[in-house]
Amino acid sequence: MMFRAMTIRRWLSAHLALVYVFLYAPILVLVALSFNKAGLPTVWTGFSVEWYGKLLANQKILSAVGNSLFIAAVATAISVVIGTLLAMGLEERRPRVATEALISAPMIIPDIVMAISLLSFYSLIKLTLGAHSVILSHTAFMISFVCVVVRTRFKHFDRSIIEASIDLGASEITTFRRVTLPVIAPGVIAAALLGFTLSFDEFIIAYFTAGPSSSSITFPMQIYAMIRFGVTPDVNAVATIVLLVSFFLIFLSQRLTREEPAQGAKP
Amino acid sequence: MVLSRRIVLTGPGIAWIVALLVIPCLLILGNSFFERGVYGGIDYIFTLENYARAADPLYAAVFWNSAQVAGITTLISLLVGYPAAYCIAQMNPRRQLACLILVMLPLWSNYLIRTYAWMVMLNNEGLINRVLIGAGLIDAPLPLLYNDFAIIIGLTYGYMPFMILALFSSISKLGPDLREASTDLGASAFTTFRRVTLPLTLPGIAAGSVFVFVLSVGNFVTPDLLGGGKRTMLGNLIYDQFLTARDWPFGSAIAAIVVFIMMALLTAQAIIVNRRSREDGEAGQ
Repeated sequence: MMFRAMTIRRWLSAHLALVYVFLYAPILVLVALSFNKAGLPTVWTGFSVEWYGKLLANQKILSAVGNSLFIAAVATAISVVIGTLLAMGLEERRPRVATEALISAPMIIPDIVMAISLLSFYSLIKLTLGAHSVILSHTAFMISFVCVVVRTRFKHFDRSIIEASIDLGASEITTFRRVTLPVIAPGVIAAALLGFTLSFDEFIIAYFTAGPSSSSITFPMQIYAMIRFGVTPDVNAVATIVLLVSFFLIFLSQRLTREEPAQGAKP
Repeated sequence: MVLSRRIVLTGPGIAWIVALLVIPCLLILGNSFFERGVYGGIDYIFTLENYARAADPLYAAVFWNSAQVAGITTLISLLVGYPAAYCIAQMNPRRQLACLILVMLPLWSNYLIRTYAWMVMLNNEGLINRVLIGAGLIDAPLPLLYNDFAIIIGLTYGYMPFMILALFSSISKLGPDLREASTDLGASAFTTFRRVTLPLTLPGIAAGSVFVFVLSVGNFVTPDLLGGGKRTMLGNLIYDQFLTARDWPFGSAIAAIVVFIMMALLTAQAIIVNRRSREDGEAGQ
């Protein structure tokens, strides 16, 4: 009996290991090939950082990265403020089911549906498309993610210290700045990192709501244009950098909210 | 005072989501009942034509295709993901967290880049073909890229982590007691799994499956990049109607149908979860 349980467990562990191979092999192959000498993107011919150097001279990629950084920074600033207020409001009194559903809607709705509905909406109100419309579109789902992450910090929050602060004569603002904020700060920073990553990586909604201007070509849009027609060596290098940066940001965000397992992700 | 404070805090967020999500979605629903304008705009004349057109064999085939591809993806994710989630659920908390982070990590990286990684793996010169040729198993490279196989691999790669997370949260809730009781009463490991573990983790299976299915059906990037644009799925159909054919009312109708199917699946899942928890409640009395 014991022996059987052990065998099953061993099989399960082997299976799990294979799942990890499936999840990480493509990423590792991509990273390895980014250091490949020859122009061929898939056949190993020797170590080189040549593609990283070429990247620095690629104006299209650089300007797309610049656009994405700008869009992600502004969208993050807006969503962190509104999302944190929302989280505070919701945690004060148990919100209605309808409110909860409304707030989780942006995380559930398929990207393509959100993309076309925003495009239709902007066209109806005759909003010119550009970086600003992408920012607006991104905040629409980022607020929900910020709100969810910040709310996890309130779970262990002893509300009586807020009352104590007010009883001792502190104003609402002082109480927020000196009591509430320090407690929720790690959550707010984690939410900002998450929001920034989501915006920087978001492709479908940006693609539909960016319009024709070159100042609104985001980094994922540029990548899409490059990989649509096949495998190219310079994409391997860009991809490696992006993977490393996002893994680092997530590692940081994870450390900040360590007590709780992370929330769901938007693909 | 309490009310106004609450409005100041939650007002902006709720107004924001209503303005940028609820109203645009209602707009799509509204547009789906209008006629297409001559120059690609919308003529505000009521019609059911867009929904009738969705039933046309040409488009019905797209629905069927998408359901098949998404269905196979969901099934593979479930069959591969269940043992993986089960294995993680048996670990001690420290290893559990590390293993879960490893499952989640790919989700946080750029979806396009993860899809591109499979273009590198699957192409004729790619690693898989080279290994197979090197091992002498095949003479000429297999056509792994630009077909349904590649789409299903790509979707499974992208969405199986969600399945594992959903299954894990369900499996980790059930303690060892029930399984031990079942074993003590003489049930085999397989019977215990079939009669105890599987029914109790049905909510996780339902949640994970709905998630993977819905995400797969609405995807247009993977069919475009890994399917080579040959196979049209619902996401591609909506994309084409909006950006190429410029028939927004028809595209809106397709999107409305997708959302409707999604809501039906979510409701079905909620019913499964409710029934489960009600049964648990009765069992506990």
